Amino acid sequence: MISLAGRDILHSWGKFVFTGMGLGLLIGITLSMAGIYRGMVADAKVLLDNSGADLWVVQKDTLGPYAEPSSIYDDIWRGIRSIPGVAQAANVTYLTMQVSKNSGDVRVMVAGITPGGPGTPGWPPYLVAGRQITRSHYEAVADIASKLKLGERIKLRRHYYTVVGLTRRMVSSNGDPMVFIPLKDAQEEQFLKDNDAIWAQRRRTAHNPAFNRPGVPGLLDAIIASQSTNPYVNAVLVRVKKGYDPEQVAESIRRWKRLTVYTRSQMKEILVGKLIATAAKQIFMFLVILSLVSSTIVAFIIYTLTLGKIREIAVLKLIGTKNSTIIGLIMKQSIALGLIGFVVGKISATLLMAPIFPKYVLLEPSDSAIGLIAVVVICILSSIVAIRAALKVDPAEAIGG
Amino acid sequence: MRKLPFQKRTLALLAIIIPLFVLFVYVALYSGPLAPVSVVLTTVENKSISPALFGIGTVEARYTYKIGPTYPGRVKQLNVDVGDQVKAGQVLGEMDPVDLDERIRAQIAALKRANAQLREAQARKDYAQAQALRYEQLLKAHSTSEEVLAAKKQDFLVAQAALTAAREEVSRLQADLNALKAQRRDLFLIAPVDGLVVSRDAEPGTTVVAGQSVVELIDPNSLWINVRFDQISSHGLSANLPARIVLRSQSGKVLDGRVLRVEPLADAVTEETLAKVVFDKIPDPMPPIGELAEVTVILPPLPARPVIPNAAIRRIDGKLGVWQVIGGKLRYTPVSLGTSDLDGNVQVRKGLKVGDRIVVYSESELTKHKRIHVVDHIRGVRQ
Repeated sequence: MISLAGRDILHSWGKFVFTGMGLGLLIGITLSMAGIYRGMVADAKVLLDNSGADLWVVQKDTLGPYAEPSSIYDDIWRGIRSIPGVAQAANVTYLTMQVSKNSGDVRVMVAGITPGGPGTPGWPPYLVAGRQITRSHYEAVADIASKLKLGERIKLRRHYYTVVGLTRRMVSSNGDPMVFIPLKDAQEEQFLKDNDAIWAQRRRTAHNPAFNRPGVPGLLDAIIASQSTNPYVNAVLVRVKKGYDPEQVAESIRRWKRLTVYTRSQMKEILVGKLIATAAKQIFMFLVILSLVSSTIVAFIIYTLTLGKIREIAVLKLIGTKNSTIIGLIMKQSIALGLIGFVVGKISATLLMAPIFPKYVLLEPSDSAIGLIAVVVICILSSIVAIRAALKVDPAEAIGG
Repeated sequence: MRKLPFQKRTLALLAIIIPLFVLFVYVALYSGPLAPVSVVLTTVENKSISPALFGIGTVEARYTYKIGPTYPGRVKQLNVDVGDQVKAGQVLGEMDPVDLDERIRAQIAALKRANAQLREAQARKDYAQAQALRYEQLLKAHSTSEEVLAAKKQDFLVAQAALTAAREEVSRLQADLNALKAQRRDLFLIAPVDGLVVSRDAEPGTTVVAGQSVVELIDPNSLWINVRFDQISSHGLSANLPARIVLRSQSGKVLDGRVLRVEPLADAVTEETLAKVVFDKIPDPMPPIGELAEVTVILPPLPARPVIPNAAIRRIDGKLGVWQVIGGKLRYTPVSLGTSDLDGNVQVRKGLKVGDRIVVYSESELTKHKRIHVVDHIRGVRQ
């Protein structure tokens, strides 16, 4: 018994393979779009995992530090540290800014991390090159996506920092690469303006008669000094001791320190459900539409491919071929086409499309599996339509016009 | 002959399908979450490290002299400007005496008048004394009454008291004069030591309050750096340790110095320990006061112990540790860490021994069941 489907494929294999390739690119785009959506959600979550925190303590009644601005005094961590169940409490600041480097500039999120060595909440959990920060000033660890090199000196606002280490997949919820610098520097960069602004502020203060009183020498200096300090951080990251329920520890911080505290699941809800909600929904809707369009196109291709063979099918019917053989021919062909399309799609999405996107594209195996099933189902459904047309064909057409 | 084109076609199809399939399997297994994680390994070494402490500070003068008047007044003249070297005792400027000179002259006149009054009182006393003596003799000769003698004696005592009063008035006025002269001298602004003028805060004609500085002097030989070390990395800081100083204006040029003292009072707000670091040789030209300096204090080298790079340290389930590679498999080994240096080397107290292979860099977060792929450097790291 020879395989009719196989023979037919071999007969016009060029057309078959190229149709498969075309289908594949379409499927590839759909898979990439799914990857973009997953990547977006992953970017929002990666910040939570990388921070190494169980709880986020932020300014009361804010959604900080990622979704809303939050600022709390930098000595609050001491009080939080003393609450039962808290294993570690670390200050952290976040500031998204444009960083100038040798060639052009790059948008990064600067995280100010509290000194204390690797493993402290907020520190990059792993590196791909270099070392962690050891000096308490003017060193930086950068995400590799920022295109910074080891040893490069970058300027963040007022100071130059040496890149001593590189890490990977440390991005803000917007997908901007992160740069880690010591907390005290970060506080200064966040607060201290450019020199002109500082001069202007000093002049403004000096012109205020309340601050520059002739009978009180030193008052102006004291006020200027107090104006140029920044005792604020954006959040305190808390790691809970083993055996304690994070929600209970959070509750006691809420109760006794009167600050807003988020647990990991609440923070995830804020980031995924609020911060990137519309953007993610937008991409997701596009994914849905793309999937619908792709499946329609796949169905059309299979239908027209079958209709193109209508004369041959008529001949088959004329020579008395069984209906099941004809059904098998069409069904097998369309599934083979779908499989080739899927394989090409997966390969092109992984090797060609995903790497060229500037932001993270996460191709999940489960998405691929769903894609494969969808492709096969669509192929079967569309071949059923084609089969109905094929079975209805009049054998006389083989001879006639 | 009929079979040949068929085989050719099959071969061509296979030539496309098989590589496609192989590529697919490769893509499915070696990319995405199922892919093995690229890691860079290193070996635990027995090494001696020299820990160092890093802090930043500002150049300050140990001795600063703020020179100003002790009474409110108006600046009359200033002889020095910022940057001038001055000697001890040099007159830097003068406050306006306003009416002080006139008051001194009035005081001198008053003194003269008092002296005259003193002479008058002296004359009165002498006369009263003589009269009293004369009447005493007259009484002995019974030529006068006892009452007249008593009156003369009283005159004498009054004159004597008046003389004492006049004498004391002279001393009082003399003292007042001295006080005014001292005040007059005090109007001169005088350098207490050899030094450098760093600030001229008021110009002639300005009225300043008592204690406000008009000129600020520093002793340029007493420059030091007020350095702040984060308390978390200030262990081992003590006096006389060698230090390397890099001034912000001369980055790349390292100046030698040493820790003069560690302040017994730390900054409780900024959580920093303060120390004073002095230059071995004060740079010429002198760095401006207030310039930012980076200071690295070198501690004595420690004996050799197992050492790992700090990039290898992870924290999993609240425990610090490293990923150890044993027979191609990952194992999380908790470690207890010792001292570290500024180059990122950390001593291992417990948990690892020399020669152990550990993961230093990884492409992503590792777990126990991840497959690993050992590479020289992680993809994307530009050398």
